[in-house]
Amino acid sequence: MALSEVKPNNKVLAWVEERLPILTVANSVMGPGTPTPRNLNYWWNFGSLAALCLIIQLVSGIVLAMHYTPHTGMAFDSVERIMRDVNYGWLIRYMHANGASFFFIAVYTHIFRGFYYGSYKAPREVLWMLGVVIFLLMMATAFMGYVLPWGQMSFWGATVITNLFSAIPGVGESIVTLLWGGFSVDNPTLNRFFSLHYLLPFVIAGVVVLHIWAKKISDSGNPLGVEVKSNADQIPFHPYYTVKDAFGVGVFLMVFAYFVFFAPNALGHPDNYIPAEPLVTPDSIVPEWYFLPFYAILRSITFDLGIPGTDIVFIDAKLLGVLAMFASILVWLALPWLDTSKVRSAKFRPTYRIFFWFLVADMLLLTVVGGKKPEGIWPMLGLAGTIYYFAHFLVILPLLGKKEKTLPLPESIISAVKKSA
Amino acid sequence: MKMIKNIALAAAAVAAFAVGANAAGAAKHPEKVDWQFEGVFGTFDVESAQRGWQVYREVCSACHGLKYFRFRNLDKLGYDEDMIKAFAAEYTVAGEPDDFGDPTERNALPQDAFPNPFPNDNAARASNGGALPPDLSLITKARHDGANYLYSLMTGYEEAPIGVDIPAGKSYNPYFKGGQISMASPLSEGIIEYEDGTAATQEQMAKDVVNFLMYVAEPSLQDRHSLGLNVFLFLLVLTIILYFSMKKIWKPIKAGKNVYEDE
Ligand code: HEC
Repeated sequence: MALSEVKPNNKVLAWVEERLPILTVANSVMGPGTPTPRNLNYWWNFGSLAALCLIIQLVSGIVLAMHYTPHTGMAFDSVERIMRDVNYGWLIRYMHANGASFFFIAVYTHIFRGFYYGSYKAPREVLWMLGVVIFLLMMATAFMGYVLPWGQMSFWGATVITNLFSAIPGVGESIVTLLWGGFSVDNPTLNRFFSLHYLLPFVIAGVVVLHIWAKKISDSGNPLGVEVKSNADQIPFHPYYTVKDAFGVGVFLMVFAYFVFFAPNALGHPDNYIPAEPLVTPDSIVPEWYFLPFYAILRSITFDLGIPGTDIVFIDAKLLGVLAMFASILVWLALPWLDTSKVRSAKFRPTYRIFFWFLVADMLLLTVVGGKKPEGIWPMLGLAGTIYYFAHFLVILPLLGKKEKTLPLPESIISAVKKSA
Repeated sequence: MKMIKNIALAAAAVAAFAVGANAAGAAKHPEKVDWQFEGVFGTFDVESAQRGWQVYREVCSACHGLKYFRFRNLDKLGYDEDMIKAFAAEYTVAGEPDDFGDPTERNALPQDAFPNPFPNDNAARASNGGALPPDLSLITKARHDGANYLYSLMTGYEEAPIGVDIPAGKSYNPYFKGGQISMASPLSEGIIEYEDGTAATQEQMAKDVVNFLMYVAEPSLQDRHSLGLNVFLFLLVLTIILYFSMKKIWKPIKAGKNVYEDE
């Protein structure tokens, strides 16, 4: 990794740059001094869009925290105060609430881009794994943020999810007590969640720096999945990808603005406009849409793991469900080794391409199942979706890499680009 | 072509998801009403909301509070300061303790929230056969399809179907989850006389009170819509400019230029 040095003409800037080469680093990450594959398509926009979302969340969140009161008796009221009495408070809160959803939209697209184009393969394993860490941190942050308004879904969501940890043998109960800061979800819980909800986004920002650093080391992948071979394969990041990213930001913000201004509650649950009421359980407790696939996996496990026909149980259903839920994300960490194919891009893997779309369909199915009450056909579908999900990563990918007939790879990026033009 | 196919696939999936996510609950689906506040150009129907404020005052406020609504919030419903003061003065609220420490009462002021009819939840339950009349400040946002739901609930009381036993103190309403609600039909034709002479039918009152409660739940709705249109227009122009900038900047690259060597 070579840095492209910047030598400012301005004396003061030059003096600073000599001591802290910040312009050089910026230039080498997203400036004219950053050679980048020339063939990135629009799916590559979602990294910068995710970064934009992080910034929106940080800025709006810091302002919200100035007006919010983390107390079970005042939290709901303070949020309504933000909505009614703080200048443009409604705008800031709706941006933050919808911003979380859009952050997940951007990151899910970014992750599935990675699945499709094999972005996790050598030499980008660490880059990919850092991404999984970011996703996990996002989930924790979003979960705790949803608790803060202290509505019915906040309270009951917190109760259900924190209770999951009690399934862990031995230490489970202690972990739950620690999360709660007491013996039920109550004021201490709200306070620690607020504290952590403020902290974790900065941890995310730190891991994002590592993520971008790792990207700098391995360079961006590209839709063809062949390595950069010569200068002709590359163009400078600026102005080419800065303008393309900016255009993507414009489109993304238009969709975002539609939700913030015209359908601000469409992605939320109406029950969260009812103040938390520990004595009244809501009809059904559903997490935010971005958790639904994993929630479906959690709930689809309703059987103990043991020796059939005997009373011997190795893992009971509750723990198994929790393990499955965590494993469904942690399995992504092993993806670089589970996918045995030498070819990166699904463009040249006709069979993998089909399985990729099956996985997308499976995730959407699990999303729907996660939002349903576990009645009728839904638990069955959830279980089928869960089995397929794990089969995709643990069986299909390892085998496919060995068996699949891949298409011939282009000689270089530039030759492929010229051919298609 | 492939791209289009993929987009179609994704769109179908999203549609399936939306349908799945909405179809919840066993109660009757609310009737669909045309509301002036809906849509990107939606605004409050001020006259209707004024009538709704009358319905709320004369009917609903006997049982339901409005704790996030302050009298001064009436300003955007077309009432001036003096009228707001006069409205507020009709109610008494708890004042500061007097010099001997005894509790006092005073007339409400514009900055006060609308007082709750009951001193506490237990009192509210005691007068309503054990059921708690919820605070209505956020009710249109606290139910699925809130505005239509409220309208349907107000106008949807009917005879219980044969075989369904309704206990004393409850009424049958197919829109309410479970079908048995502890609120007797609050709006019957002519229960109030509108100040502006509009005929007080059940549908009219229901519509008006929903318009009012929508304003109470989402007072920023109109500002939000008008700011939203400006933001959207700005973003549209910006995005178009960015699109053509991108096309122009990328033109040589698309033509195969090697930035690092061709000069
Ligand atoms: C005599 C007292 C009384 C009056 C007057 C009254 N309500 Fe109610 N209301 C109740 C009670 C009690 C409940 C709780 C019902 C239950 O939970 O079964 C209720 C519940 C409601 C609900 C919640 C339904 C739900 O989905 O949970 C709404 C909305 C409502 N009332 C609106 C109104 C409106 C609008 C008016 C005025 C037109 C009004 N009420 C007048 C007593 C009253």
